[in-house]
Amino acid sequence: MPFLLRRLAFYLVAAWVAITANFFIPRAMPGNPVQSVLAKYPNLTPDAEKALALMLGGGNQGSLWSQYVTYLGHVFTFNFGADIANFPTPVSTLLAQSIPWTLTLVGVATVIAFVIGTGLGILAGWRHGGWLDRSLPGLMFLQAIPYFFLALLLVDVVGIELHWLPTGQGYNGATTQPGWHLAFIGSAIQHAILPAFTIVVTSVAGWMLQMRNVMITTISEDYVVAAQAKGLASRRIIYTYAARNALLPQLQGFGLALGYVVSGALIMEIVFAYPGIGLLLLNAVSSDDFPLMQAIFLVITFTVLIANLIVDTVIVFFDPRVRAREVAR
Amino acid sequence: MSTLANLWRNLPLKAKIGAALFGFFVLVAIIGPEFSPYDPSYANPDPNLLMGHPSAQHLLGTTQTGQDIFSQMLIGIRLTMELALLVGVIATALSVLVGVTSAFLGGVWDEVLSVVTNVFLVIPALPLLILLLGYLPQKGQWSTIIVLSALGWPWGARVVRAQTLMIRNRDFVAAARESGEKSWRIITLDIIPNEISLIAASFVNTVLYAIGTSVALAFVGLTNLNSWSLGTILYWSQSQQALQLGAWWWFVPPGLAVALIGTSLVLLNTGIDELGSPRLRASRGAAKIAGRRIWPTDPTPVLAQLTAGRGRLAVFLHSFSRGSLLDETPAGGELL
Repeated sequence: MPFLLRRLAFYLVAAWVAITANFFIPRAMPGNPVQSVLAKYPNLTPDAEKALALMLGGGNQGSLWSQYVTYLGHVFTFNFGADIANFPTPVSTLLAQSIPWTLTLVGVATVIAFVIGTGLGILAGWRHGGWLDRSLPGLMFLQAIPYFFLALLLVDVVGIELHWLPTGQGYNGATTQPGWHLAFIGSAIQHAILPAFTIVVTSVAGWMLQMRNVMITTISEDYVVAAQAKGLASRRIIYTYAARNALLPQLQGFGLALGYVVSGALIMEIVFAYPGIGLLLLNAVSSDDFPLMQAIFLVITFTVLIANLIVDTVIVFFDPRVRAREVAR
Repeated sequence: MSTLANLWRNLPLKAKIGAALFGFFVLVAIIGPEFSPYDPSYANPDPNLLMGHPSAQHLLGTTQTGQDIFSQMLIGIRLTMELALLVGVIATALSVLVGVTSAFLGGVWDEVLSVVTNVFLVIPALPLLILLLGYLPQKGQWSTIIVLSALGWPWGARVVRAQTLMIRNRDFVAAARESGEKSWRIITLDIIPNEISLIAASFVNTVLYAIGTSVALAFVGLTNLNSWSLGTILYWSQSQQALQLGAWWWFVPPGLAVALIGTSLVLLNTGIDELGSPRLRASRGAAKIAGRRIWPTDPTPVLAQLTAGRGRLAVFLHSFSRGSLLDETPAGGELL
């Protein structure tokens, strides 16, 4: 089976596991979530109650199997019912409002951090023992800072003390309205600088350390020595011989670390009151809004899986061996 | 004891610093609560102590309700460390169990366990943890420990499996099997002792994950908010608007403590890595030969290259100096 198809099959299995876990968790947990939701939100319509029972179990909805089948149908049509805390807004509407914010912010910031970190890692590995390499322990401190704590510090110093940048919301609601015009985009970028900076600063050291380690093992390979013996320019040896090969484990690590980065970014959004998925998740948690929590879990998982598939495509592009293996079969 | 002392001496500097820093926090976790000057939950009604600045009586100031933050820290570090170490032990044990079983049984079992491991590795953990804890009617230390351990093993299992596959094919394991040793004896006496450094690294990583995640979960409010941990201190400072009111002494100490514990673990892990593959150790960097900086990755210098660019007279004079002898001895021994 071609590499990409095999990966796709694996991600489909992972998605199915997530969907199924999502179905069984509320049914397996102690207590009756539907009852507690109804006690908290007494003015739900019977229709909403039925949808709730389908999502969380309980009620007379037929056998577990038929519940599961109906549930799967709803997931595939992105029909998560009406939200209970903001009744009767559908859950999917809430998600559609916040996904673009998180996706843009986390996506752009992660790619920036990956590129900077990998670049620094190449240099630190090449000049092993140089000043950049020796500064790594300091950078590790940045890596160990929880995302949201750096966010708190930035809000305090840059936002509240210095008044340099805005620290809350995704755009300035007093002066602009969302839309494709310059004023809004400018405001949105201004509001995204601090959150993006937080992600870049805390994750850059991890990429750098990993790339440096792989670089160091790569440059002692025979083909690098051979390239040096041929008298090739260092720049060429670094980028087309050593770094290109060292990049492959780095890319594989990127896919796996993505879930971690997204998790950290979710919590960070809360500090900046950034209107993304993280803030939505916090609101869902604090108001016991179970259907919303479940939908958010699924959406985040699907996004990470799709991003992983994209990374795999990039690996195929970079690694001729993966392609060659397919031809050989 | 002497082997321990030996191990310490061979430990890279980074790992020593990491171990010392981590040891400090373990010490605080053990004896800290004894030294806590106040009851951390006691709300002092003195109006001067509402959001009081740090002072001699209250080293890290007070909260909005007059609680002593220093006492909260001393008790909070214990709870956070206890949780992280327990999760580290349980999740690492699980990962060794899954990893070794998967590699040792092979065949269909290996396929199934590998897919399960990889699936849990790719599903983002935090949203799932939030979902699990959100449904629990009683949230507290133990429910967090169980849930974090249940989702914390896949990374370690993957690494342990790869290592076990390698060791399983070594001659001494084959010899043990030929001489009729039982599988569990081979696993516990031949395989696991050869993976100790790997298991140690996986343990350190898991503790790091547990600290970061448990603090994040508490920050969202998914824990017993009446107990004191680094996460709950941060939760209360956020929900009581410490930031907006400029009470930096409320959120900086717990955040800094988390960052320092994290740094110590990252340093420890890099040290363990370097112990396993000495190549990763920071080398001395560039060497100076005939006044030029030569890096280990540079090609071996040739005398003509080194002297290029100098005047004829300088080269002539240089050939009489001690330095020229150094230039001509093959530098490769040092450089490669």
